[in-house]
Amino acid sequence: MGETPTGNGGTDEAPSAVVEAVFREEHGRLLAALVRRFGDLDLAEEVTSEAVEAALTRWPVDGVPPRPGAWLMTTARRRAVDRLRRDQTLAARLAVLQAEADRAEAAPAAGAGGELPDERLQLFFTCAHPALAAEDRGALTLRYLAGLTTPEVARAFLVPTETMAKRITRAKKKIHGARIPFRVPDAGELPERLPGVLQAVYSIFTEGYAASGGPRLQRLDLAEEAIRLARILRRLLPAQREVAGLLALMLLVHARRAARTGSDDELLLLDEQDRGRWDRPMIAEGLDLVPVALTGGPPGPYGVQAAIAALHVEAADLATTDWPQIVALYDVLLALAPSPVVALNRAAAVAMRDGPEAGLALLDELADEPLLRGHHPYPAARGDLLNRLGRHAEAAEAYRKALALAGTGPERALLRRRLDTTGQPGASGT
Amino acid sequence: MKYMLLINAGAVDADGGADGCDVGDWMAYDKQVREAGILVSGESLADLVTATTVRVAPDGRRTVTDGPFAETREILGGFYVIDVPDLDVALDWAARCPGARGGGSVVVRPVAEFAG
Repeated sequence: MGETPTGNGGTDEAPSAVVEAVFREEHGRLLAALVRRFGDLDLAEEVTSEAVEAALTRWPVDGVPPRPGAWLMTTARRRAVDRLRRDQTLAARLAVLQAEADRAEAAPAAGAGGELPDERLQLFFTCAHPALAAEDRGALTLRYLAGLTTPEVARAFLVPTETMAKRITRAKKKIHGARIPFRVPDAGELPERLPGVLQAVYSIFTEGYAASGGPRLQRLDLAEEAIRLARILRRLLPAQREVAGLLALMLLVHARRAARTGSDDELLLLDEQDRGRWDRPMIAEGLDLVPVALTGGPPGPYGVQAAIAALHVEAADLATTDWPQIVALYDVLLALAPSPVVALNRAAAVAMRDGPEAGLALLDELADEPLLRGHHPYPAARGDLLNRLGRHAEAAEAYRKALALAGTGPERALLRRRLDTTGQPGASGT
Repeated sequence: MKYMLLINAGAVDADGGADGCDVGDWMAYDKQVREAGILVSGESLADLVTATTVRVAPDGRRTVTDGPFAETREILGGFYVIDVPDLDVALDWAARCPGARGGGSVVVRPVAEFAG
């Protein structure tokens, strides 16, 4: 079975904007409800596509129905029932599945007031199931919850469409063949399973924020997709503080998007950014969420990272930033989620608090970390501190190392700019 | 749905107990699987020194060799086939299996279903 996004096939040249907008908004909800009803992702996907195709034909003629989501749902459900009538084998298999699913878990009550019940949470947990490859979880979440087509998901993760189609097909085969359930883990399992879902969403955000290759540094639509998904999760899991933390973190980082690149698309560091270009309403929304993430229990890693981001945006400039507090938060983060990348960021904060010498000593302790070997921010951070210490030749050497590892054009341009400040001969020669 | 739990025991001592669990743990687990009504079949395998490997070449010639011998630390020590609703339930049973502890692991594989 091939992965064929039939939904938009052939209609790309004149897509109805209304259908497109409704589809984007309703796709995940529609798909999740159909999966819940029929217990089969393939069937749900096919009839969702068919319903959208029907809308593309009918709505321009008949007008957009008063409740477009309900119209799509009814159409898709009818198509699914038709298909099951024609295909008795499939029907029999799904009946067994349904019976077993009911045995495993009582079905929730239907949504009140004719609204589609929101069953996307199940789909979130399926897409980010630990039995699936970590690299596929973000892709599945984009495909099924954000409603991106396979070529769009492929572009998002910078792989050929064919490669992404294969990955999604393989993951779907695992979901189907190993029978990964569509269910929300119970309260006891949630602490173990929720981080996977959050990680899938955050991987979409980081992919959008700093593309791992290619000319553009930021792909804003992907970051916005991740924020949209986090907002959905926040509505569905209002009591989970780490969901609030993730949303806050992404908002506080994304609020700086306009200031992050200059007029020539060059990357600007925090001290070079025009803070007047930060998105104040988005910052306010993020700041409101930070206390939600940090109160009522021990903090989680996203809440702590959000708190660090909050300290950055609350300061007027680098000099008045509360570096002691940031270092303290990195200590908390290191205890919660030890990682050399966090240690690297902590070292940079220590350098701001205690001076470059202290930061450099911490960086040198990380020299043998395998995870930092291919990570250009490590030599770049060393270069910055060496430069501040006046050790220009060593700084230039570190920047050259970073340049050899950096992926995007803007990142490379920034490093070349830093290299030039070392005043070393042949600095621009890369 | 049927799943096979392939139990790759870690270092096993003379009594068949791995690090972190003993024969009592295995008996307790086996009892739980039986009482849950999910057991299809299950066996624990005799020591690896008793194993023999058979291969048949394209010309039909049979080769019989002693072994295999443990080249990796983990060797298949036994299996369960259980019938449970979905992968999450199967993973729960795998996690409760003493073979998953003490450096061992349990591989969970769905049993192929052929339309009759």
